[in-house]
Amino acid sequence: MELRKIDDFRWELPQSGNMRVPGMVYASHKLLKGMEQDEALKQVANVATLPGIVKASLAMPDMHWGYGFPIGGVAAFDWETGVISPGGVGYDINCGVRLAATQLTASEIRPRLEDLINALYQSIPSGVGSTGQVKLSPSDEKSVLRHGSQWAVSRGFGEDADLARTEDNGCMTEAEAEAVSPRALERGRNQLGTLGSGNHFLEVGRVDEIYDPRIAEAFGLFVGQVTVLLHSGSRGLGYQVCDDFLASMAREVQKLGIQLPDRQLACAMIQSELGRKYFRAMACAANYAWANRQILLHHTRQAFLRVFEISPRDLAMNQIYDVCHNVAKKEIHRIDGKPRTLCVHRKGATRAFAPGHESLCVEYQKTGQPVLVPGDMGTASYVMVGTQKAMDETFGSTCHGAGRVLSRKAAKKQSRGRSINRELEDQGILVRWTGRSTLAEEMPDAYKDISEVIEVVHGAGISSKVARLRPMAVIKG
Amino acid sequence: MAASGAVFQESVKTPFIHMPRKRYELIDHTADLGLRIFGRDLPDLFEAAAFAVFDRITDIGALRGMERRVLEISGADWPDLMVNWLRELLYLWNGERRLIKQARILTIQEYHLSAEIRYDPFDPDLHRIEEEIKAVTYHQIAVEPAGSGWEARIIFDV
Repeated sequence: MELRKIDDFRWELPQSGNMRVPGMVYASHKLLKGMEQDEALKQVANVATLPGIVKASLAMPDMHWGYGFPIGGVAAFDWETGVISPGGVGYDINCGVRLAATQLTASEIRPRLEDLINALYQSIPSGVGSTGQVKLSPSDEKSVLRHGSQWAVSRGFGEDADLARTEDNGCMTEAEAEAVSPRALERGRNQLGTLGSGNHFLEVGRVDEIYDPRIAEAFGLFVGQVTVLLHSGSRGLGYQVCDDFLASMAREVQKLGIQLPDRQLACAMIQSELGRKYFRAMACAANYAWANRQILLHHTRQAFLRVFEISPRDLAMNQIYDVCHNVAKKEIHRIDGKPRTLCVHRKGATRAFAPGHESLCVEYQKTGQPVLVPGDMGTASYVMVGTQKAMDETFGSTCHGAGRVLSRKAAKKQSRGRSINRELEDQGILVRWTGRSTLAEEMPDAYKDISEVIEVVHGAGISSKVARLRPMAVIKG
Repeated sequence: MAASGAVFQESVKTPFIHMPRKRYELIDHTADLGLRIFGRDLPDLFEAAAFAVFDRITDIGALRGMERRVLEISGADWPDLMVNWLRELLYLWNGERRLIKQARILTIQEYHLSAEIRYDPFDPDLHRIEEEIKAVTYHQIAVEPAGSGWEARIIFDV
């Protein structure tokens, strides 16, 4: 596919064939090379063919091959005339990241790091199909789906202050539990408060570098500070919601006679009964994921308090923010100078709202929204901040991580004969894991260079660097 | 797209001889998991697909097939029927924690099948989970006649 270079960070995929809008890829020359090898660019073009797409089919620099939609893709559809697509959100609805920072320093915890990671590993269920300490009655589960993080806080898992520092206050109000199938409800009943498997993790890290002292201070970050980064999603419930609606939308598409370049792009008009029902069910799964991360943060706080035998006040593990990486949202953006209501799909992308946006809490009105970008377990993660440029260009969106370069199979092959655990330990990073092949599949070599991804979004101005975090201890599912 | 060298077989009994027959192979891709599945005919293809999925997940040899169930599945065409079939089998694993030892297609026509499956409830002391398969996707799905039989290409989320 031919790309037209706009500047060092932007490449246009010109409109051709059935594309309704052009594609726009945010990448450096180096990252672009990797993208051309797989089918991600074709997927950007495929998304551009969907009804009601506005402005452009966007790709972030961490883009890689997905099913139907690329991972690292952003696409906005007109709320009245556009479509909504479960594949444009992904299976793990509201897979996302939460960052909390403590008043402890790296040198203070280093001597007890092993005790800490063991305590965390014990108190946080992880791995495939892991089940949690919270067993939900059917009515409690519906309450989780309606209220998200707010349910968790009301049950003693966390603090009110956590809510304001969560995207959408940890609750999409469009949620209606009646839209969720019995199967999805069944899968959600005993998985709340679990990390899951695959790329999900809990990472104890330290602030290693500050790029923007003013904003870092406003976020409450300082060099040497101990942080906790959590990456998890809506577990089996979100998967089942996605799968249920992929099936019904595949039928719908056939009935309506819509020609799709890939069946995984199955979609429905937002204003159809099925489209509305998916949006409500997806919101339920998003709320479940927020409640999940809220409970995980609570267990993390408890483990820290036990190991270091300090008071909550001395620990001061404050939530910095919680962002979704896989979601569709009803948002208003200015298009050609006029406000327009859109359904913004972010699949492997992060919201990056500018200072002054009404959906941000008071603390972040002046700074803009914190953006959390996790890297692989051996490298670094970044805290960034949303910008006006993101509002102008990318529907207030930016990258979400490093992005895979090796398939899981290829990663396993490359790791043969190596001890990934030992390699990480040699770098001073302690690891605990559950799945047999998790470490191999998730090894640092399987991912793109996170700093390259960060430089692109920073250089393009769609988010701005605030701080870098280095891992000290990691739990993988 | 390069097919990998890994090939998975099982012994198939015929009236006269015992010979191993290739039922599926892995497709290498940045994709999480891609499978190419082979069948002598349509029932065999759908049975092979069920075998392939659970052969990736666990050691089928360790299963006894203590419980049975009959499934009725419909689709809009062959690829859709295949996705719906595997979707149902994966739900048994991901949703109900059942591991499928064997699937037998009882009837199959355009575009409906009924099948008898035999399975065991998952017991961590008896069963080892080799690989997690979370969902079957429509992405680049193909179910087509090939040579004297049928072939399918299916990509899974893991």
